[in-house]
Amino acid sequence: MALSTDDVRDIALLARIALSDDEMELMRDELSSILDHFEILSEIDTEDVPPTAQSFNLTNVERPDVPGETIDREAALDGAPRRQDGYFRVRAVLD
Amino acid sequence: MADAINLDVPAHQHATRLRAGDYTSRQLAQATLTRIRAQQPVLNTYITLTEELALTQADAADQRISAGNAGPLTGIPIAVKDLLSTRGISTTAGSKMLQGYKPLYDCTVVERLQQAGAVIVGKTNLDEFAMGSSNEHSAYGVVKNPWDLERVPGGSSGGSAVAVAGHSVPLSLGTDTGGSVRQPAALCGVVGLKPTYGRVSRYGVVAFASSLEQVGPFGRNATDVANLLGTIAGDDHHDSTTASEPVPDYTADFDHGLAGLRVGVPAQFFEDGLDDGVRSAVEEAIAVFEREGAIIDRSVELPTAPASLPVYYIIAPSEASANLARYDGVKYGFSVTDGESVEQEMSLTRGQGFGPEVKRRIMIGTYALSTGYYDAYYLKAQKVRTLIRREFEAALTDHDLLLTPTTPSVAFRIGEKIDDPYAMYLNDLYTLPVNIAGNPGISIPCGFDQGLPVGLQLIGHPFDESTLLRATHGYQSLTDWNQQAPSLPA
Repeated sequence: MALSTDDVRDIALLARIALSDDEMELMRDELSSILDHFEILSEIDTEDVPPTAQSFNLTNVERPDVPGETIDREAALDGAPRRQDGYFRVRAVLD
Repeated sequence: MADAINLDVPAHQHATRLRAGDYTSRQLAQATLTRIRAQQPVLNTYITLTEELALTQADAADQRISAGNAGPLTGIPIAVKDLLSTRGISTTAGSKMLQGYKPLYDCTVVERLQQAGAVIVGKTNLDEFAMGSSNEHSAYGVVKNPWDLERVPGGSSGGSAVAVAGHSVPLSLGTDTGGSVRQPAALCGVVGLKPTYGRVSRYGVVAFASSLEQVGPFGRNATDVANLLGTIAGDDHHDSTTASEPVPDYTADFDHGLAGLRVGVPAQFFEDGLDDGVRSAVEEAIAVFEREGAIIDRSVELPTAPASLPVYYIIAPSEASANLARYDGVKYGFSVTDGESVEQEMSLTRGQGFGPEVKRRIMIGTYALSTGYYDAYYLKAQKVRTLIRREFEAALTDHDLLLTPTTPSVAFRIGEKIDDPYAMYLNDLYTLPVNIAGNPGISIPCGFDQGLPVGLQLIGHPFDESTLLRATHGYQSLTDWNQQAPSLPA
């Protein structure tokens, strides 16, 4: 399955990863080659086979809903590259 | 007195000597840290040494020992993969992305180690976010294989394997998503175990592929590995995928030996691509099992097992692309802050913060989950996963365990496979199916090829780590492969 450079650009946009032009070219070739190896799956008959999301099929594990300790606000902000007034700061999302 | 401590003995012997008062846990911790510092320039095993924590824990352990309140791990030095969150202590996941990050809590397994009185001496090097089979994909440099410094130790838990192989610690923890404990254990000549999916809590482990990964112990013998597994295993209300099955004494069956074990040897793990030297070491191990009264059955088939490779490289990157979406440069770690918009800063942060293999996998996963391709890739892979799981179930119906090589070859040279991602992935051909199915697996040293260690893999029934460890103990009491050690700076 050969990907084009435009395909790679679209995937990089979805993944929010800025790639240089060189990286884009390399990624196109590497991903195309990896996808080729996935082709053998189409030869396996999976008619009526349900998907496995988790090995031993645990479902809906619950616990009592009781208030517990929460993380201290200052501690949570401690590693933030930018902060202001007790919040994480980012560039304006709206103009 | 600390000078006289023999660091080459297993954990259970340290435990005996600590209780006898031959040396203190503090002295043992100091001797361990001295050896780590001597080896570090040669091997690059550790990312962070936790000396302050270690000495505090050692003093607490010494008090427990004098109070007669010690367990098998009390006072024992241990290293943990730098993917495990440690409160207030740098946790890098081997990535530039997490530079400066200090977790606000301990992961469950680290908490359990502390309750057991273990002494955490350092955080070990790894492939970035546990993605890799050679430890070459670390932002902190490659770890060297102690048997040949020009070769890789395997990965992704390369540092944890080398810590035990180089005798800086008797025990360590890694994580295994597609072989990341068993493969480096094989390449470094130590024992490494991947527990059944759900046996050990993943809470606080930096997430990569949530439906596949487990924390697993490294050691040099079955007893030590059993004691460590018994300490970390069990239900955890912080991780809803943990199983409620009781945790047994994993050493309880050790006197049963190999006699009577029904062992399946699946043909698909001995086909083309397996090196002759690895094959003959594994065949010799099979002969040992047979001589001791194990029943060897070579008619076992796992026909879909070879498809585990594409299944894994769809499912794991897909889950990774979602799990690693959280690294946006806003809350902690590496951040580009001179962009023009929120979105551009996030993309630049991720473009510069992640290494090539992580970017490759996020891209594959993003593609496999995207509109129009989901059914062909992710859903198809999950269906084939069901077939593989059923085949393991069928293969184990009349057997206690399956026996295979752990890897197709011994440790390769640093740089040899770095430019060919798929050749690198092939290294995990025999370990991946076990994560896909969810069963437990263990790698045990079983010989040498070209002077480098060979690993034997045993695969068990879900939640039957006991039989794997019993077989390991039986095999190790008849052979001395696990007692071989590389020569390194003391």
